[in-house]
Amino acid sequence: MSAAAANDPGLSFPDEATWTLRLYVAGQTAKSIEAFANLRRICDQHLAGRYTIEVIDLLERPQLASGDQILAIPTLVRRLPPPIKKIIGTLSNTERVLVGLDLKSQPQ
Amino acid sequence: MAPPTTIGPTIAVTLPKSPTGIQGLDEITGGGFPQGRPTLVCGGAGSGKTLLATQFLVRGALDFDEAGVFMSFEEPLHDLAQNVASLGYDLPALIAGKKLAMDYVRVERSEIEETGDYDLEALFVRLAYAIDSVGAKRVVLDTLESLFGGLSNAGILRAELRRLFGWLKDRGVTAVITGERGGAGSLTRQGLDEYVSDCVILLDHRVHDQVSTRRLRIVKYRGTSHGTNEYPFLIDASGLSVLPVTSLSLDHAAPTERISSGIGRLDTMLGGKGYYLGSSVLVTGAAGTGKSSMAAHFVDAACRHGERCLFFAFEESPRQLLRNMRSIGIDLAASVGRDVLRFEAARPTLVGLEQHLSTLHRAVREFKPTVVVLDPITSLLSVGAGSEVEALLLRMVDFLKSQGITGFFTSLTQSGVSLEQSVVGISSLMDTWLLLRDLEANGERTRGLYVIKARGLAHSNQIREFVLTDHGVDLLDVSVSAAGVLTGTARAAREAHERAAVFARQHDVDRQQRELMRKRTVLAARMAALQADLEIMDEELRRLPEQERQREALLEDERDVIARSRLADAPGNGAGESPRGDRR
Repeated sequence: MSAAAANDPGLSFPDEATWTLRLYVAGQTAKSIEAFANLRRICDQHLAGRYTIEVIDLLERPQLASGDQILAIPTLVRRLPPPIKKIIGTLSNTERVLVGLDLKSQPQ
Repeated sequence: MAPPTTIGPTIAVTLPKSPTGIQGLDEITGGGFPQGRPTLVCGGAGSGKTLLATQFLVRGALDFDEAGVFMSFEEPLHDLAQNVASLGYDLPALIAGKKLAMDYVRVERSEIEETGDYDLEALFVRLAYAIDSVGAKRVVLDTLESLFGGLSNAGILRAELRRLFGWLKDRGVTAVITGERGGAGSLTRQGLDEYVSDCVILLDHRVHDQVSTRRLRIVKYRGTSHGTNEYPFLIDASGLSVLPVTSLSLDHAAPTERISSGIGRLDTMLGGKGYYLGSSVLVTGAAGTGKSSMAAHFVDAACRHGERCLFFAFEESPRQLLRNMRSIGIDLAASVGRDVLRFEAARPTLVGLEQHLSTLHRAVREFKPTVVVLDPITSLLSVGAGSEVEALLLRMVDFLKSQGITGFFTSLTQSGVSLEQSVVGISSLMDTWLLLRDLEANGERTRGLYVIKARGLAHSNQIREFVLTDHGVDLLDVSVSAAGVLTGTARAAREAHERAAVFARQHDVDRQQRELMRKRTVLAARMAALQADLEIMDEELRRLPEQERQREALLEDERDVIARSRLADAPGNGAGESPRGDRR
């Protein structure tokens, strides 16, 4: 692990910032459930108490898909803090999710 | 479901089709794309895939009352709208009128982190949402392959694409999917043709001698017969149009009406009345032999006759032509003013061959001429290879004939190239072929006009000398002498010589006449003198007996006097005789 990885929870964001996350799903599929579970686990570990997760079911609100350019299901979108980040898949690889959310810098 | 369309007249419709509304494409596909199935349109960059797809949707919405969905993976919507606005397609209006739904799917790999399993259900959701929002019957996905650039898991992508095509079929929408042309041997870079088995259309964009020609080919079309050729197509101000005119049927009407060539003596050479209406006329000749002048004559006469003429000038600007023709006494400006004559001037190399054909088609459709002049067709050779030009001219001639338009073509023959070669094999298409040839003799160049052929016309076999005067073209009889055909000053000299001979002969006759007259006068005088002598003689003859009688009487008297003086016997007959005898 690099030096950057050691202080990764802080990275460039102040601790008090609230993270707004959106998880796009299409119905209660196995992949959706798995992704949600993985997300909760990661957030609880790394962003305890300062995150909100909004789950959007595109089967119910299909018009929301184009706004965030959603293509794949499931997709996690980090609305806040900016910039917007997208992670697709079941979020099974925690390391990659952390990198994707800027909670951890890219492995050198 | 719409009834099967029957646009292609000769191809039986075997499955329901969605007409594309693209000129020519419906004819070669026998009615359009397969209805309710996906069609793959592949081609290289800039080959017109997106335009074809857009036109499919717009025409569907405007002409066939079928709403459409455009899902773009490459261009933002306002860019797309701008691109086709120049073609007169108002996409925002169609969207507002619920005839079209558009969705831009942006896939940027750098913004997307992938972890774990996923599918493209959101794409399906978006597509379904768009389809449902307008009740779409047509869907365009342009270009699906962008997904491969944005997502790294090709395995998932391929599975999802297969599912997508199945899904589109289930929805019963007629879909057009565009794909980037792949390397050698493959139609698309990502092998999309594996998934689309119903109809695959390949667009090609080839450059030959710096002139590009677009071509379209139907690679496959399951369940229907279709044209297999490469069809040239065009993208111009009215969008995309395919020119499927290689299957020529020879069933033109053959009018018997005639149209004057504008040159009186040429009409006479062509059996008295000129060309056939709706026929094609070719004038070949070397540079400066007067081809354009003949064309101008023809156009001028036709315009006066009330025909509408379209003049394609490939070498001169209209103004230049007008000026040059005025110098030989042909004023075409008046006809232009009356809008019975229109010039279309363009450098042949400006656009590709197909564009020329399209220009001709469009101009003919717009202007509705009865006479079309192409001057000269040989300059098209600078645009394409000989065989292509020949094919183009074939189609041009055919098109004009099918419209009953009289075509007048001029062709420049190269010096040193045989006549047959230089007319690029199109002479056989022509009904009338006139040849203007340089006749060189005695250090002088003159022009001779030959009628090489004139189908259906009893034409003259004689060569005429072709003279450009300030009142137009004149055809003169050539002098045929032992030395050959005489033209120009040689002919003039010969004519002068002949005039001198005639004069001399005339002079001679006069002289002889005078001589004879003189002789006659002399004879007449002599005859008059003789006559006078004769009369004198006659007079003498007549007077001779009378004189004799008078003398007798006188002598008698004398004798009487003597007798009386001699106191002779009584006068009597006997007495009278004896003295007489005495005297002797």
